[in-house]
Amino acid sequence: MIENVDMALVNWSRAQFALTAMYHWLFVPLTLGITFIIAFMETIYVKTGDPEWKRITKFWMTIFGINFAIGVATGIILEFEFGTNWSNYSWFVGDIFGAPLAIEGIMAFFLESTFIAIMFFGWNKVSKKFHLLSTWLVAFGSNLSALWILVANGWMQSPVGMHFNPDAARNEMLNFWEVFLSPIAINKFLHTITSGYVLAAIFVIGISAWYLIKGREQLLAKRSIVISSVFGLLSCLFLVYTGDGSAYQVAQKQPMKLAAMEGLYQGSKGAGIVVLGMPTPGKQYNDSKDEFVFKFEIPKLLSFLGYGDTEAFVPGVNDLINGGFEYTDKDGNTQLAISAEQKIEQGKISIAALREYKNAKQNNDPVKMEESLLTFKESFRYFGYGFLNDPGSIIPNVPLTFYSFHIMVGLGFYFILFFSLALFFVFVDKLESKKWFLRLSVLTIPLAYIASMSGWIVAEVGRQPWTIQDLLPTVAAVSQIDASAVQITFWLFMVIFTALLIAEIKIMTKQINIGPKEGGH
Amino acid sequence: MTIQKNIFKQVFLFYYEGFRSMTLGKRLWIIILIKLFIIFVILKLFFFPNLLKSNFATDKERGEYVLEQLTTPKKINND
Repeated sequence: MIENVDMALVNWSRAQFALTAMYHWLFVPLTLGITFIIAFMETIYVKTGDPEWKRITKFWMTIFGINFAIGVATGIILEFEFGTNWSNYSWFVGDIFGAPLAIEGIMAFFLESTFIAIMFFGWNKVSKKFHLLSTWLVAFGSNLSALWILVANGWMQSPVGMHFNPDAARNEMLNFWEVFLSPIAINKFLHTITSGYVLAAIFVIGISAWYLIKGREQLLAKRSIVISSVFGLLSCLFLVYTGDGSAYQVAQKQPMKLAAMEGLYQGSKGAGIVVLGMPTPGKQYNDSKDEFVFKFEIPKLLSFLGYGDTEAFVPGVNDLINGGFEYTDKDGNTQLAISAEQKIEQGKISIAALREYKNAKQNNDPVKMEESLLTFKESFRYFGYGFLNDPGSIIPNVPLTFYSFHIMVGLGFYFILFFSLALFFVFVDKLESKKWFLRLSVLTIPLAYIASMSGWIVAEVGRQPWTIQDLLPTVAAVSQIDASAVQITFWLFMVIFTALLIAEIKIMTKQINIGPKEGGH
Repeated sequence: MTIQKNIFKQVFLFYYEGFRSMTLGKRLWIIILIKLFIIFVILKLFFFPNLLKSNFATDKERGEYVLEQLTTPKKINND
């Protein structure tokens, strides 16, 4: 029997997940970063005893409270979607997701939620030092929450530390540390939380700049800008470092994503990195159109960043489809890459072997079981390819990945300049007179959100068609439900999340307009 | 026993007075409660059942179903 896979269902399910994740991510990065900024401010208050620092801390704490209140629990919806729209996937990932998320629930959530109460209610009720400790624990707790989900995401990008149990049809964790310390997960965690720090720093500078434009709260604004500029600049430099680490991991584990990020169809030795360019619209992997309408590139840099060698071969989309190039495997051996067509064949062999194993088990045929299990294990690394029919389906959306990557990187370098300028104007005491910079600071707030979203588009669109790299494509991960049901909840979410976003912006702008005040939050 | 009672009372008062003294926080709590109601009561109950949990009683049945899904040849329908 052959089942039909409804692509409308797959696409609506993907769109719904993307919508939910992106709205959720509107709230998360500010929380990740502003908690540390608040902790630094309160530390100065406790050290100096200056009541103005307490006032500043309480003001930003209120802003954090608004963001936290509106954003909290929006991520839970993603877990609902796993159970309803992506049930095959949920089962297939097995306890790999279960363990990190359970740790998140027990450890980080309770750490975060308990100490948030002390942070908001504990002024004048607990000692200054205990209050400060609570603030720091909220900062670490919120970042710990991000750790576990990003470890799980890292595993999806590069599945390690597990084996597939053919009887239970799910993956089982063999080595927690291999999952937890996977280089792709570590880089992803560090890069993602640091992007949150940068966003929060820009947010604080932007709001402070608005006060300076209006001639209000000058001391609060200037002190907030100093703290945030230093924090933002250091975070931004670290972001470049972790970005380099992430790109290196992508080159090793997800070469198709790297090719899409660079719009690279024809691989070469000593490949350059595109600084600015426009991929040819409508370009397909098997046509003869040029890759770019125009491009400016830095020669050899992509080879160097991806493989640590200026003359290394970087495979393009066509190479990854056609195979035939040499690469070094994880054991350091030189291998000849096979084509996507061959991977699909291997994947189909793997699925057929799993089917035979299942039938042999039902028929109580141990010889056939052992034989089919051996074939299955040998071909399992290409298991996911067996669900695909066309080699071209392993290519993600190249223009979207390319533009998102270049917007993210371009803005990242702009942010370094931005923080440096902010610090410079603070130290030469010219901040208030530089109205253009103050206006630019306000305008930079949305750019921080655009850069952050672009990063996720690169990470998630760039790894299509996989939900789990090479093992489970979206077409096999989706539940067999009615596409119209997914459409209804898509629009429902659109309404709910838009209402929450409007509420956030409205309450926050009102509070910013009111400014700091005495008393509770 | 008395010490324990005192600790519980202190924790209760800490939260009680904290919530009472909130100004902006009250509105935020209303938003949080409405949101949690929508998420856990409306969305979860009516729109997002856990398919494998609601359709199958045991993990064995769930595994068998997913195995069947993964090993049945599929044809992609773009209509």
